[in-house]
Amino acid sequence: MYILKRLGAMLLTIWIIATLTFMVMKFIPGDPFATDADVYPEDVLQNLRAAYNLDKPVPVQYFLYMKDLITLNLGTSIVSDTRTVNSIIGSGFVASATVGLLAMVVAIVFGVLLGIVAALNHNKAIDYVSMVIAIIGISIPNFILAPLLIKIFAVDLSLLPVASWGSWKHAILPALALSTTPLAIVARYTRSSMLDVLNQNYMKTADAKGLSTYRIVLQHGIRNAILPVITFIGPLFVSLITGTFVIEKIFAIPGIGRYFVDSIFNRDYPVIMGTTVFYSVILVVILFLIDLSYRFIDPRIKLTSKEG
Amino acid sequence: MNRLLEVENLGVNFKTYGGEVKAVRNVSFHVDKGEIVAIVGESGSGKSVTVQTVMGLIPKPPAIINSGKVLFEGKDLMTLSKKQLKKVNGSKMSMVFQDPMTSLNPTMKIGHQIAEVLIVHKNLSKAEARKKAIEMIKLVGIPNAEERYDQYPHEFSGGMRQRAMISIALACSPELLIADEPTTALDVTIQAQVLELMKDLKTKINTAIILITHDLGVVAETAERVIVMYAGMIMETSSVDAIFNNPKHPYTWGLLESIPDITTSSEKQRLIPIEGTPPDLFSPPIGCPFAPRCKYAMEICVNQMPPDFEIDEGHTAKCWLNDPRSLGAEEILELRGRGREREASTN
Repeated sequence: MYILKRLGAMLLTIWIIATLTFMVMKFIPGDPFATDADVYPEDVLQNLRAAYNLDKPVPVQYFLYMKDLITLNLGTSIVSDTRTVNSIIGSGFVASATVGLLAMVVAIVFGVLLGIVAALNHNKAIDYVSMVIAIIGISIPNFILAPLLIKIFAVDLSLLPVASWGSWKHAILPALALSTTPLAIVARYTRSSMLDVLNQNYMKTADAKGLSTYRIVLQHGIRNAILPVITFIGPLFVSLITGTFVIEKIFAIPGIGRYFVDSIFNRDYPVIMGTTVFYSVILVVILFLIDLSYRFIDPRIKLTSKEG
Repeated sequence: MNRLLEVENLGVNFKTYGGEVKAVRNVSFHVDKGEIVAIVGESGSGKSVTVQTVMGLIPKPPAIINSGKVLFEGKDLMTLSKKQLKKVNGSKMSMVFQDPMTSLNPTMKIGHQIAEVLIVHKNLSKAEARKKAIEMIKLVGIPNAEERYDQYPHEFSGGMRQRAMISIALACSPELLIADEPTTALDVTIQAQVLELMKDLKTKINTAIILITHDLGVVAETAERVIVMYAGMIMETSSVDAIFNNPKHPYTWGLLESIPDITTSSEKQRLIPIEGTPPDLFSPPIGCPFAPRCKYAMEICVNQMPPDFEIDEGHTAKCWLNDPRSLGAEEILELRGRGREREASTN
């Protein structure tokens, strides 16, 4: 019951986002053929507009777009008119998601580890060192870190390719550059929530039971400390796997982030709509999965709708 | 003599920004096999710190253990490594805490929290541990043990959680169970049930119990011997009988007087508190710590720490009144008794 209601709410959210995006998009001055206006004669432009339904009144355009959206047909790109939006997202998403997932794994594994080590050595040298690392990670923007990584690992040591896309090796540097900030944030979240948990009475009970430190931290600590971290991981996950414009630009990755930004400059309406709707679908689905995961991590959390 | 635990000369300080707090000073006591010893005293008297030091649970820093030995079955626990201590904790010596609502891990099944101790200390397989844990749940009187095994703490009531805590503590049949105010957080009817359960299990498993409480009613019901603590020191120690019938320390008198009396004849009987506040433990007085609040304090009380006067075998009191040169506790008690009679007659 909860899941059904939740699915309904998700569809509604996506519809609202799509509608708002459509409206905002129409408010931006200009249209896809604004730069072509000097080149082509008026009747050619008329034909082009008609081909993309742009000559019709806005409500009709909206209705036609929604009809296509329901059948999952996102239309054809106006700028590169041979490619459908579906294929753009399809090819871009694989690259973006590969880099994003890798960055995500690095950020969570090392972030949680760093946070726990810091919490266990509260107010000792290790704690301070880890938190300094975390602060550095948060403060250095990835567009500075990326060239630095390229210089060290690609140019000086020749271990990894400088840029472009192909084998798994191409994903490592962008993933590293992408992971530092979330890694640092995850480390700080983990540390503070772990410190909180370590002071709880049940941790003293675990100690009094004569369990090993390893067991105390792993079995009693992490599961209680991870909730705030998971809350942060949700939106992070979405923003990472749907591509980041800066990193994709620096490493010349054919990801989805680049199309998203380019489409806005080009007023490439179908691509703007397609990428936005795609992004929001992923966001809504991931948030749903995260809410479900709470239930498994903390049994006290009940997923019920108000009436149920 | 069957000594199980012997604490000698224990001293624990806490480092704070304001200086060092002398939380426990010169505490020596013993627990024999299979007996119930109660430690009573007001908040901040060092009861919990003492037993947590015995268990090695006190966080260092801020705590500093500056003197003392803790002999458990003849071995000094202070000299054991953390790893060796972990073998004792939970298997030979275990603890039940004050607040059952927060002392159980909220994200772990109750049964698993019991079974875990068995897996770690008794090397049982998962299935064996489960079987034994269900037995333990039955033993502490929780119905539907098998169903309860797979439930989480939030599905248990307060009393049930304390029963679960007790079953964790007793899972490995320890020699010593330390119960740190096990009934304080429970309502009165549940308190009685939990105490009854502990007494009952004590006879079944023959575990010695250190019971920390500030409820003298609980002491009278359960304990065999009593240790009265004040300001980090032991003031009086004796059998339960002697504490109630022949107390020799003014602090003990104060505690006994402050028990509300429901049989009182006059309706407006006020509670009788011990006037004043405990001393500052940053710089405790050189004399008896209770002297500033003591109605019977003499000059010597302020200037010199009283030794432990032996009243009877197993009954000592840290009070100058028991020195043969003073007026004596007997006479004072008698005077007090007469005073109270007069008070009653004028009312």
